[in-house]
Amino acid sequence: MNISTAFADGRLTAYFAGELDQHEARRAMQTMDELLEEYLPRDLVVDLSGLNFMDSSGIALLIRVSRRIRETGGRMWIENPGQQPKRVIDTAGIDRLIPVTVRNL
Amino acid sequence: MNAENYIKLEFPSKSCNEAYARTAAAAFAAQLDPTLEELGDIKTAVSEAVTNCIVHAYPDTVGRIRMRLRILPENRLEIAVQDWGRGIENVDKAMEPLFTTGGEERSGMGFTIMESFMDRLRVRSKPGRGTTVTLLRRIRSRGEPG
Repeated sequence: MNISTAFADGRLTAYFAGELDQHEARRAMQTMDELLEEYLPRDLVVDLSGLNFMDSSGIALLIRVSRRIRETGGRMWIENPGQQPKRVIDTAGIDRLIPVTVRNL
Repeated sequence: MNAENYIKLEFPSKSCNEAYARTAAAAFAAQLDPTLEELGDIKTAVSEAVTNCIVHAYPDTVGRIRMRLRILPENRLEIAVQDWGRGIENVDKAMEPLFTTGGEERSGMGFTIMESFMDRLRVRSKPGRGTTVTLLRRIRSRGEPG
């Protein structure tokens, strides 16, 4: 999975592209830790529009990232999940923990 | 029960094989003409089952995983994921949502997702001997009311 970023006005957007499973999650968590340390964002948006697949390892990663950003008083939300990632997010119920929005592209 | 078709795959418990297992299951399921959503559900359930073998059955070693897929009458797909690893002490406990022995890196949602995405889930395990997770999903033929 690739993570690309955009940063402006205290908001970091991380674009996930590819597939997020247990094999990918460890490296992705490391990358997210480094990004949060580098940018110290006030807001973190995780954009999933390029993510073709996610399983519960991705859920664990999103939960851990949300904990990190909350430790520094920041906010996080998920944007534009595709059909399969959204189904996993809904089943896991984490939209109650992390807001999920669909932004018109 | 006689299968109309089947494949058996065996591979080591390396995390790079998670994607391979998903793709292999989707390729076999294609003969039932599933929708994209059904394929997504099957791939997700397989990913969870195989990941459990890698993370929990063989935590400190690389062991064998066997995946058998069968087409059963009435458009049913059966997937059995078997390992010869650590086994599960308490299957009911392991299947509780959010329960995990895997620490911070795991969400404890694997069995919940398998149960939600498939029609039936069965777990058989013997501590020290291994575990078999069997998943069943009926693929609705196109044109059937949803």
